[in-house]
This record gives sequence, C-alpha cells and structure tokens, in this order.
Amino acid sequence: MYQVLKEVGLDLERANQIAGFHTNNKQKIGVPFAAVFLINFLDVCYQEKELNQRLKRLYPAVNEQETPLPRSWSPKDKFSYIGLSQNNLRVHYKGHGKTPKDAASVRATHPIPAACGVYYFEVKIISKGRDGYMGIGLSAQGVNMNRLPGWDKHSYGYHGDDGHSFCSSGTGQPYGPTFTTGDVIGCCVNLINNTCFYTKNGHSLGIAFTDLPPNLYPTVGLQTPGEVVDANFGQHPFVFDIEDYMREWRTKIQAQIDRFPIGEREGEWQAMIQKMVASYLVHHSYCATAEAFAKSTDQAVHEELASIKNRQKIQKLVLSGRMGEAIETTQQLYPSLLERNQDLLFMLKVRQFIEMVNGTDSEVRCLGGRSPKSQDSYPGSPRLFNSPVHKASSSQTYQTEQNNAEVEMELDHFSNGVSESSSNGFLNGSSTHGIDLEECDGDMVDSAQSKRQLCGGSQAAIERMIQFGRELQSMSEHLRRERGKNSANKKMLKDAFSLLAYSDPWSSPVGYQLDSIQREPVCSTLNSAILETHNLPKQPPLALSVGQAAQCLSLMARTGSGSCAFASVDDYLH
Amino acid sequence: MMACLLEAPLRISVLSEVTATSRHYVDRLFDPDPQNVLQGVIDMKNAVIGNNRQKANLIVLGAVPRLLYLLQQSSSSLELRTECAVVLGSLAMGTENNIKSLVDCHIIPALLQGLLCSDLIFIEACLRCLRTVFISPVTPVQLLYTDPTVIPHLMSLLSRSQHTQEYITQIFAHCCKTPEHQTVLFNHGAIQNIAPLLISPSFKVRMQALKCFSVLAYENAQVSMTLVNVLVDGEQLSQVFVRMMQRDKPIEMQLTAAKCLTYMCRAGAIRTDDNCIVLKTLPCLVRMCSKERLLEERVEGAETLAYLMEPDIELQRIASVTDHLVSMLADYFKYPSSVSAITDIKRLDHDLKHAHELRQAAFKLYASLGSNDEDIRKKITETENMMDRIVSGLSESSIKVRLAAVRCLHSLSRSVQQLRTSFHDHAVWKPLMKLLQNAPDEVLVMASSTLCNLLLEFSPSKEPILESGVIELLCSLTQSDSPALRVNGIWALMNMAFQADQKVKVEIVRALGTEQLFRLLSDPDTNVLMKTLGLLRNLLSTRPHIDQVMSSHGKQIMQAVTLILEGEHSIEVKEQTLCILANIADGNTAKELIMTNDDMLQKIKYYMGHSNVKLQLAATFCISNLIWNEEDGEELRTRGSCGGSQERQDKLRDMGFVDILHKLTQASDPNLCDRAKTAMQQYLA
Repeated sequence: MYQVLKEVGLDLERANQIAGFHTNNKQKIGVPFAAVFLINFLDVCYQEKELNQRLKRLYPAVNEQETPLPRSWSPKDKFSYIGLSQNNLRVHYKGHGKTPKDAASVRATHPIPAACGVYYFEVKIISKGRDGYMGIGLSAQGVNMNRLPGWDKHSYGYHGDDGHSFCSSGTGQPYGPTFTTGDVIGCCVNLINNTCFYTKNGHSLGIAFTDLPPNLYPTVGLQTPGEVVDANFGQHPFVFDIEDYMREWRTKIQAQIDRFPIGEREGEWQAMIQKMVASYLVHHSYCATAEAFAKSTDQAVHEELASIKNRQKIQKLVLSGRMGEAIETTQQLYPSLLERNQDLLFMLKVRQFIEMVNGTDSEVRCLGGRSPKSQDSYPGSPRLFNSPVHKASSSQTYQTEQNNAEVEMELDHFSNGVSESSSNGFLNGSSTHGIDLEECDGDMVDSAQSKRQLCGGSQAAIERMIQFGRELQSMSEHLRRERGKNSANKKMLKDAFSLLAYSDPWSSPVGYQLDSIQREPVCSTLNSAILETHNLPKQPPLALSVGQAAQCLSLMARTGSGSCAFASVDDYLH
Repeated sequence: MMACLLEAPLRISVLSEVTATSRHYVDRLFDPDPQNVLQGVIDMKNAVIGNNRQKANLIVLGAVPRLLYLLQQSSSSLELRTECAVVLGSLAMGTENNIKSLVDCHIIPALLQGLLCSDLIFIEACLRCLRTVFISPVTPVQLLYTDPTVIPHLMSLLSRSQHTQEYITQIFAHCCKTPEHQTVLFNHGAIQNIAPLLISPSFKVRMQALKCFSVLAYENAQVSMTLVNVLVDGEQLSQVFVRMMQRDKPIEMQLTAAKCLTYMCRAGAIRTDDNCIVLKTLPCLVRMCSKERLLEERVEGAETLAYLMEPDIELQRIASVTDHLVSMLADYFKYPSSVSAITDIKRLDHDLKHAHELRQAAFKLYASLGSNDEDIRKKITETENMMDRIVSGLSESSIKVRLAAVRCLHSLSRSVQQLRTSFHDHAVWKPLMKLLQNAPDEVLVMASSTLCNLLLEFSPSKEPILESGVIELLCSLTQSDSPALRVNGIWALMNMAFQADQKVKVEIVRALGTEQLFRLLSDPDTNVLMKTLGLLRNLLSTRPHIDQVMSSHGKQIMQAVTLILEGEHSIEVKEQTLCILANIADGNTAKELIMTNDDMLQKIKYYMGHSNVKLQLAATFCISNLIWNEEDGEELRTRGSCGGSQERQDKLRDMGFVDILHKLTQASDPNLCDRAKTAMQQYLA
C-alpha cells in the first residue's frame, strides 16, 4: 500500500496516519469496509494529485503561500440550508424552499487570486430538485448567504430556471439558455479585463458581467428541496476547453509587451540597453568581451581593465572549485577586504571545506585528489539570474527545510565517524607523489560519478581536510565569541560537516552542496564585495532590472492586475 | 514572341513617358556579349524593384519577349536564365495590366517549360513568377490544366524545397475552382503529397497547404472521405486541423482550418455530432464573427458557419446560444458606422466596400440559424430592428444582399407564429411582391417559396396579397422553364385555393386556364403534378364549389383523372387523384359524373382491392361519398334533376361494391375497417 500511496504522491506521514486508522478499524468492521475505505481513499488521493497538477498547470503564476486557490466549498462560509458532502464538493439544499427567503448560498474556501489571469470552475447539476432555482456565480466576502448569487451588491449569478444573469440586482437580464439536471455550467473570470462569461456543456455563452471587483469567491446558491450540484475546481478535466481560451490571452498579453510603443525614444532605449550589457560584462569580468563591446558601441568602461582582470581571475578560481587559491589571491589583491568582512571569509572557507570533500580544492588536489575541470572548460558564465538576492537564497532555504528532519546529528560527529563511513577503499590507486598545480591542470580526467571518492581518494588529503575542518570549527567559535551568534553561519557549517556522515556524500541528502552550481552564489557574493570596495554597484543593472521585473509582477498579483499571469520573466530569458 | 509589341494603342499612349534609361535597359538585353547581357538583366532587376512605372515602361518597350527568349534559350547560362525569371517575377508583382501583358506574351508555358530544368534555383525563380501570375484574378486558371503533364510534374517538385512547396501549394490553392480541377489534383495524389506539408517548419508552407485542402474538400465527397483517413506523422488529419484552430494560432489559419473541417462535415466525412465539429469548429467560426475580427474575416466566418449548420438542427441550437451570436450578427448591419463617416475617409471607404458583404453574410447566417427551430426564429425576429432590416434588404441594389435577405425571410416564414405576428406587422409581403416582379431566377425561387408560406390560410398576409393581384404572377410562374419555379407557382396557388371563396377559386381557374392546368397535370416533375392535384383538390371542396367547377370543367377533369389513374404514377399521386374523385363524389350534381361513368366505377372497385392500404382507403372514401344518404339527396330528388341515394346504392350493390365493402370491414387496417363499416351503415339507414 505504501508503494501505491507513494505513487499517488502522498507524503508518508499522512499515509501512516490513515493506514493506522485503517488497521484499527479492520478488526472491528471487517475487510470489506476496509477495502471500500481504501478504494475511496485512493480515489481521493488520485483526485488530489490531479487537482494539484491541473492547478499548477493552469495558474503557474499564483503563489499559493500568499493566495491559495479555491479547492472546495467552505463549510464555514455558507447558509444553514446548505449541506456539503463528498469532500465539500457536493452541495445540496436542505431548507423548506417555500419562498425566495429560503434561498441559500455557499462560497469557496478562498477568493480567486488575480495572478490566475483567467480563472475557471465548473458546476454539474446532479438534480434540479423541485423547481431548479439554482444560481451559479461569484460573490465577495461578507455578502449575505441567505440569498442566491447575483441578488446583492458585489454578487453575480446565472440562474437555471430562466437563464437570466443577475448583476448585483434582484431583477435579471436575459442572458443564456436555461439549465437543468445533467448540464455542466462553467464560470470563467477574466482578471485582465475584469469580465465573466459562462459555459454550458462546453459552449461559451458570451460575456455576462463586466467591471467585476477583485477578490470574488466562486459561489453557488440553491432554493428548492432536492437541488444538488457538484463543483469541479480542477479535480477533473473541464468540459470547456479553458486552456485554449488562456492561450488566446497569453498571446494577447505577449503581443502587447512585444509591441510596447517606444515612440521617439528609440535612441535612448538603445543607449540604455548597451550600457546595461556593458556593465553586465564588466561586472562578471568578461574583460575581452566587455572591451570589444564598449569599443563597438562607443562607451567608456568605468573600471580599470586590470581591476576587471583581477576579479576575473578570482572568479575563475572560485568557479573551478579552487577555493584556497581564490582566498589567497583575494587577500593579495584586496588586502583589507576579507579582514574587514569576517563573515565573507567564513563563507569562503566553508566552501573551501566543501571543495576539499569534493577533491577539487587545490590544497587536497595536490595531495593526490582528483583534478577539477579545467578553468576553461567550466560551463563558465555565472548564472546571471541566480544571484543570491533572489533565487539562490530561496532555493537554499527550501532544500534545508526538506532535509532538516533527516540530518539529526551532532556537529562534532564527523571527527570520529569519518573512517567508518568512508571506508570504501579510498587508499587504493591514489598517487602518493606531490604534484604541483600546473601538472594538476594537465591531467584533466574528470572521473565518472561512480569513481567519486572522498577528497579524491587520498589519505593525506582526508587528513588535511579533517584538520581544515577543525580550523573552521574554531574559527566559527571565535566568530561567535567576537560577534555573537550567527544562525546563518552555524547552519552553513552544520550542512557542510554533514557531508562526512555519508559513505557517498554526493548522493546524500546534503550532497547538493557538492554540485558546482553552488559555487555561483559564493562567487557572486565575493564579486559583489570586491565591487563594493571600489564603490561600484554590487549587482549589475541588468540583474537588477530583471529582479525588478519579477518584483513588479508579484506586486501586480497583489494589486489585482491579472495580466501578470501571462508575463513570466522566465519566458523572456532564453 | 511578338504578341506584346502588337498592342499598338497602349504602346503609343505610354511611349511619350518612356524615358531614355528604360530604353537603355532593354537595349542591353540585345548586347552580343553574354556577360554584358547578364549584367544588363541584373541591373534591370535592381531598377524595377518596387517601381511600377519602370515596370510598365519596360513592358511597353518589349523587354518581356526578350527576357522570355533568353530564359528559354538553352545556350543562355543558368545564371542568366535565373535572373530573367527573377526580373519577370518582379514585373508580375506590379499592376494587373502587367500581368495581362505577361500572360499575353505566353509567359506561362515558357515558365512551365523551365520547370523541367534540373537546377533548383532556376526552378524556384520560375515557380515564384508563376505563383505571382496565377494568383492574379486576371489570369485564367485553366492555363494550369492545358498541358496534362504539368500537374504531375508540379507534384514531383513538391519534395524539392520549402520554396517549391510554398509556391506550388499556393498555385493549387488559387487554381482549384471547379469539381474538375479538384478531380485532376486528387487523381495526381494531391492529398498524399500535400498532407505532410501541414507540419512543415515553415508557416507559409503550412498555411498554403491548409488552403489547398479547403479548396479540395469543398463540396467534394471523394476528397473529404479520403481526408478523414489520412495520417500526418501518426495523427489524424482532423486532429491536425483542430490544432490549427487553437486560439493562439493566426486568425487566417484558424479560419481556414475551420473551413476544411466544415467542408469535410458537409460532404458527410465527419458526423455533425463529432466533438471536432461541435466543440471546436463551430465555436471557432462563431469567434470569427466577433467584432474583434476584420470585416473580411467576419464575412467568411459567418458564411462558413451558415454552411456548416444548415442541415443540422442541433448545431443550429448550439450556435444560437454561443457567445450571443444572434445579437453579435446585428452589428453586421452597422457599416458604414456614423463614426467612420465623419472621422476617417479611408475607413469609410473600407466600410462601404464591405457593407454589402457583411449584410448578406448576416442574412445567410440568420437564414441557416432559423431554418428549423421555432425558438431561434423568435430570437432572431426579436433582435433589434431585424424585420425592418430584412424588409430594406429585399430592395437593396446588391443582388447578393437581396437573395440573402429573401433566404432569411423564407427561413423565418416557416414559423406559424411569425407569419401571424411580425410578418404581418411589417407588411413584408409588399417588398416581397415587388421583388417577384422583376428578379433573376434564384431570387425568384426563394421569393416565391416564401410567398407560398405567406399564402397559408392562417397567415394574415393572405388577404392583402390576394388583393394585390398576385394570381396572374403565380400563373406565369407555372409556365417557367425552371421546375422549382413551376412548383412554387402552383404550390402558392394551391395554398391560395385552400378554403378560399368561390370568387377566388373562379379567378384562379380563369387566370390559369384549363389548358395550362391540364398541361401541369402531365408535367415531368412529380412535385408539380402533386401540387397541381392539390390545387384541384382545394378547388373541389365544399359542395357548391364542387358542383360549380364540375359543371363547367367536369369533362376535362374526369378525363385527366382517368389518365392519371391509368398511367404509371407513384402511389402518392394516385392517392391524391382518388381523393379528388372522392371530393367530386361529395358534390350533389357532380356525383353523377362518376355514377354515369361505369369505367370510372370499375377503377374505384379495382383500387378498393389494391394491395396498398392508402389507395384502398381513398377509393373506399369515394364510394362512401357516392352512397351517402342525406337530406340533400331528398331535396335533389324532388327537383328531379338526378337519381337519389337509393338509386345509387342499388346500382353500386349490383356492381358488387357491397361485397367488397363487406370484405373490407374485416380488414386489418383499423381506418379502412372503420371507413367500410360507416359506408355499410348507409345501406342500413
């Protein structure tokens, strides 16, 4: 069963909980009930997985932490004549249904986030009951639930008995056909132009409402006994092809962006873009390219060439994993920088430790570790948009959250645990001769993953690494005494040391640290620190504007501009 | 080669403008050094690009025959021949007059000949020029089909390059205008050769290939049936078309793909309830009618949608609720808009140009929407000013609009409710009558068919129409060469005679003339015959009318009845004829025409024993009327004009009818059984 649950995509904790409940009941109620229960349960699981996948696909721009999507009707936000069942998706009427005063509505759990761009849900009429006075629509929070949607201010509905639309008014307008048992009615909110249209059995009925206010909730209302409707917030495929409609709007928005009028200012734009490109090249120390570009576009470079080259040199070292050399070079070229910035130094050293484990740091490499990729063959360009300000930091926190539970170990565990945990023959085959740096560069055989060994497989290197780890530990303690607790530093060190707890650190839960991609944030932080000492911006304007665009989009989402849904920054970065 | 030069008048008129430089370009084509000729052609190419006057000058100066000569000469270098084709292509890009001159110089056979060369660059240049020439409306498409080897060769060139694909499919898409063209292309493997191009990486190729399929499939069952079974990269063709209708695709592509599926559906290759029609094609076409689309697209969208749903009530119902289509179409009548007239001359011109097309497209679509469903018709007539629009459409100058308006009116006239209300309120019969006075046949067919409905007895328009002297007009229609017009004429008369006054009936008989009436009874078209019999039957109803008509035309009518009963006719015709006889038998004096005609009585007897129940029933009805026993009989007997019911009963018993009636009381058909029993009761009474 666990296997099944895993496939369904359910977390084990929840599975345990349910399975426990299930076994307890088996003894009392018997196998058939258990089987039915399990089937129902699995059904719900599949549904849940499908729902999550569909919502992700339909509304990729929605940040559900901030604005959760409606997934069911709210048991708290309904009139008492409304009954809910089937995971709060089925609504039935349980009042007297004598007069319109007996009308009753229910809202979804959450309002529709603007970042959907286009939002859609469907309602299937299971039974029209006595008179089929059913209303499907939208309402704002706080609108009276003892009414059908559409009758009050900030409430909108399409009614089955007469096919009229009700726009915050007790009298309807002729709108569409009537609907009854077996029909599927869809409601689509366009958050870009603030309109709404309905569908019946997959056919669009045309615009029903315009100038809709923000933050509306999907709402249904019933009025006579026997009326039953089921909602589909994405649990099942929709009858209407909403994705096709969204495609049209995505194209529209993107065409709007592409055709944004520049007018008379074309020259200004060009100069600005050239400046941005040049500063980007300089920032990341592509000095030859920067020079050539500046020359051809007739610009001045605001930094001396030598300085750029220095930064380039340091960056290359960091990106190829040669942290020891990188630190040394930095200290040489910018003597006071690291002294003044102990946290930065600490971060660099932690990275050096990781590179030692990796077998790429120059100190251990010359003790017989494997050689790093040559400088030139490194994929090269620092990822512009992985700057620590945005993605990198968030992805790190994400990963650590995930791993926290399983990395329950003592910090100093590494010192005595090393030899056992990494006992898979790191002694054999390693060269015992000291090889100097240049030679290391020469024999550039990046061993296959299966051959990865701690510190490149050299005993001497391991000893050096352990010694370095102790130095790092004492530096950490020193820093704490001097400047007080620093949780970021503590965590950094803990994560790095955790590598030693596994026989194969690369495939361990903390193995991501060994990935060369993790050098990029380090490299970028160091680069920014150097630039700051020269009174240059620590981020290139290009990265800044990309970050700004992303911020702008999330601000749009918060202020109700639906077009942000179809203008992902990533679409424009190839 | 001299063809162009012979166009003297043109030459003289333009010669005055010809500049020395133009002449210089032409002169260089005659240079003895081939290298100089090549350079001359290249310079000419650069000189004519985008310069219409230069193009006209060169044509007038006779550059075309020389270029064609150089292009065809095998001694010319390939480079020279290619440059010649490029220059010719450039000349073709100019005005329609340019194209005419090129075609007159026999450019088409020369270029087609050029396609036999093996050099791809040269072939592409020839094809590009051919494409430009063929897509012009002044080029006769037939020129593509004169040489039977051309089409197969073009098919074989499809595999050469994206350019050959684009040009050839574009030529096909423009030159496939008749069922014969479709068949030629189909027989040379157009479908297999073009289908793979639908997934070409080039948008232009995909688009032109798609257009090819839309012209190939139009009203062509053979092509359509083949298309549904074609797979493109493992995917059904209909699915490829569905993908091309996605909303992010260019409008032209969506519209053309929808046309392909529409034509396949109308040709019977795809069911009307198939999802690709109901959920994809129909909504796509409705979208094409929206205000956001260009006027041309809205016209095409509406026409295609009208065609798609014409035969299917379910599609009509779905379309009628999709995206407010019915009210969306009302916008089609708002061109040129009052805004465009004031603000923008260019737009006004554009609007004016499309106004007629828009109106006729809307009328067509309304006609299609309302052809079956009463609720939809109601919705249409309730649309803002709809009836007024139809009424004014009926008298518009554009024949296309008049025809579409009358089609729309015809569709709506199928509604009893509309006939009683909106048709009467707006006096639609007036413009309709006017339209009937002087119109081409296709308008006349629709208009007269509409008139038939307006003459139904419950229509309040019937009276004023009668007073307007329509009878003569309808009678003249019955003399038309077109069977459709003859049917409509006689049908309208039939409706008119139904429960009509004696005066009207007399007028009909007088205006039509017995000669024409009997000519119609021998009309080769069964529909005409049936409606004529219907007219007779309506004329022969209620006793006084029967007697009056029979007293004046009894002899001819009895002859005609005999003729039809003896001839080779369908059951329906004979049934209708027996019903007429039954009506005659209902008359007081008219009865005797049958009673005294033993031959006729024998015929009735024969049909009472016929294997078809309908005929038995009609014949029994006739006998039942003959033996009917009532006061009228008494009255007549006292007048002594003819025999009473008793005598008739006796005669019929003697002839053995009672036995037959007796037998029929045992018949398995309950109606026949009842009828026979009722007749038998007359004997007992």
